[in-house]
Amino acid sequence: MSRIAATFEILRKQGRKALIPFITAGDPDPDMTLPLLRALVDSGADIIELGVPFSDPMADGPTIQRASERALRHGMSLRRVLDIVRTFRRENQATPLVLMGYANPIEAYGSTEFVADAQAAGVDGVLVVDYPPEECVEFATDLRRHQVDPIFLLAPTSTEQRCADVAALASGYIYYVSLKGVTGSGNLDFAEVGRRIPGIREKVGLPVGVGFGIRDAQSARRIAAVADAVIIGSRIIEEIENSPRAEATARVGAFLREIRAALDSKEVKS
Amino acid sequence: MQMHELSYNQPDARGHFGRYGGSFVAETLKPALDELIAAYAEARSDPGFRAEFEYDLKHYVGRPSPIYHAKRWSEQLGGAQLYLKREDLNHTGAHKVNNCIGQALLARRMGKPRVIAETGAGQHGVATATVAARYGMSCVVYMGSEDIQRQAANVYRMKLLGATVVPVTSGSKTLKDALNEAMRDWVGNVSDTFYIIGTVAGPHPYPMMVRDFQAVIGTECLTQMPELAGRQPDAVIACVGGGSNAMGIFYPYLQQTGVRLIGVEAAGLGLDSGKHAAPLTANSPVGVLHGNRTYLMQDENGQITETHSISAGLDYPGVGPEHAWLKDSGRAEYVAVTDAEALQAFHDLCRHEGIIPALESSHALAYAAKIAPTLSRDKLLLINLSGRGDKDMHTVAEKSGIQF
Repeated sequence: MSRIAATFEILRKQGRKALIPFITAGDPDPDMTLPLLRALVDSGADIIELGVPFSDPMADGPTIQRASERALRHGMSLRRVLDIVRTFRRENQATPLVLMGYANPIEAYGSTEFVADAQAAGVDGVLVVDYPPEECVEFATDLRRHQVDPIFLLAPTSTEQRCADVAALASGYIYYVSLKGVTGSGNLDFAEVGRRIPGIREKVGLPVGVGFGIRDAQSARRIAAVADAVIIGSRIIEEIENSPRAEATARVGAFLREIRAALDSKEVKS
Repeated sequence: MQMHELSYNQPDARGHFGRYGGSFVAETLKPALDELIAAYAEARSDPGFRAEFEYDLKHYVGRPSPIYHAKRWSEQLGGAQLYLKREDLNHTGAHKVNNCIGQALLARRMGKPRVIAETGAGQHGVATATVAARYGMSCVVYMGSEDIQRQAANVYRMKLLGATVVPVTSGSKTLKDALNEAMRDWVGNVSDTFYIIGTVAGPHPYPMMVRDFQAVIGTECLTQMPELAGRQPDAVIACVGGGSNAMGIFYPYLQQTGVRLIGVEAAGLGLDSGKHAAPLTANSPVGVLHGNRTYLMQDENGQITETHSISAGLDYPGVGPEHAWLKDSGRAEYVAVTDAEALQAFHDLCRHEGIIPALESSHALAYAAKIAPTLSRDKLLLINLSGRGDKDMHTVAEKSGIQF
């Protein structure tokens, strides 16, 4: 069983929901990434999505684009992201790490070499935003052959057929984009999310995490009532962006603990 | 619109030109693209749609655009004869409007009241704003803040036409960043918005659809060249940024294997300087950007690099996937000319023929002027004069040390 599947299995037995924070590797600078990863783990992260910065992040909003630009200014690259993962794995063998990014840096690295190196470094899942299932059959198959979960997005607009196409390739979990828009936009439609999740879970046979637009304990708890995991990105990047460097890890940790507490409280039922 | 039934049959059903093209977008955009693919397939085979398109090309754009024999300049060069396809005489002053009419008609057919566009030089933005006014649609144009500086007159023109121009300050602040921003808008507003992409790039079906709408250029040439010159040309020459004017004139000529097809990229300050926008000529690595796989200017880590060209319309790190395919197949050749060479051709056409060309088109003219003297006087070169140069007055004056 992959580290991601095992994590969801334990949480299911405990009756808890997964908390999946996102940070961009190298933001605000490369030396901060390991301390931030540790802070996320210590504050209740079950899985961590680590963004691989790209010069043209088409599906992201301004917050994550700024994080990418800060990281790239410091020379962050896919190669260095794998170095960070390798170091993190020496001290932590429990928390799954998912790399999230765009196709071009992976293709420039060499897709085959990347899959082998990612597995060796201790990466558990890979989400390539601009690889829809029909454009990455080989890549996803190769990931699975290397025990790395190919994670896919589904959206409110995804048809039955597209869910089936994703189901054929995906493992680990499904990242359900909770709204029409880019990362960090507003207007989360809780009712819509609640209607879609059970069908997707059944069709794809994987846990479903919900992201895009979750900004606080209350929205996290409402999403957790219907989903298997809550994914938070832009709001954490804002915390990093608005903190003095020395306080960033502490403030990110405090924010995440608040979300964790909300998810674990038993007050809200679906 | 005459769709040629060619034995050439690209792209495949999913938009691949060999290994290029495709549809590399986030899941959030996929259903919108599927809807567009279906709507375009339906419109393409509807004679009513074709009739509407052709009516507006004739009565609104002023087509067919003439071919002009540039005798004095040819004489001056002392070799092959230069023939210019006058897309600069179109309403709005460039070839861009052909495609905008096609896509706006499609938007109307799909019931989308709002159109958005990206623009580099501003020509596609102006063309989109124009057709939006013509069809009563609301219009938002994304433009890099760097390009807004370079193309102030076009920005004002778009505003006059009722469009909202949104400056894009992310990344390199040019065309590619404007495209990113337009995509983001579309993701958030797919239900009422149609994204009018201006070039033969982007995810499927855009490269195919834009090519089809622009193919009117080459289709007219197929009839006009024999009428004017007694036969088809020996070579067709067009500038290539994303490559829509080149695909438009090349496509109907693909089956005419005796006709050389030459795409001219922007060598900027020189291919060796690294400051250029010529991914095909420089043999840049193949990668994925803006929804398709193609030759792409990038660093060793796969980050897209900043490009340079004197002409904003060619200042783009990628190139339409069909051009990538045509390069590999050998059917088209790709070359590059520098800023300085393009400027020289700009001035030469002004002086010898009384035509002020766009700086983009000046790249094609410069290459024609380069090879004409090496060819005999009975050879015919057909150059796509894709736009007029009024928008470039400021840039050219500045290069000559003149301030308005």
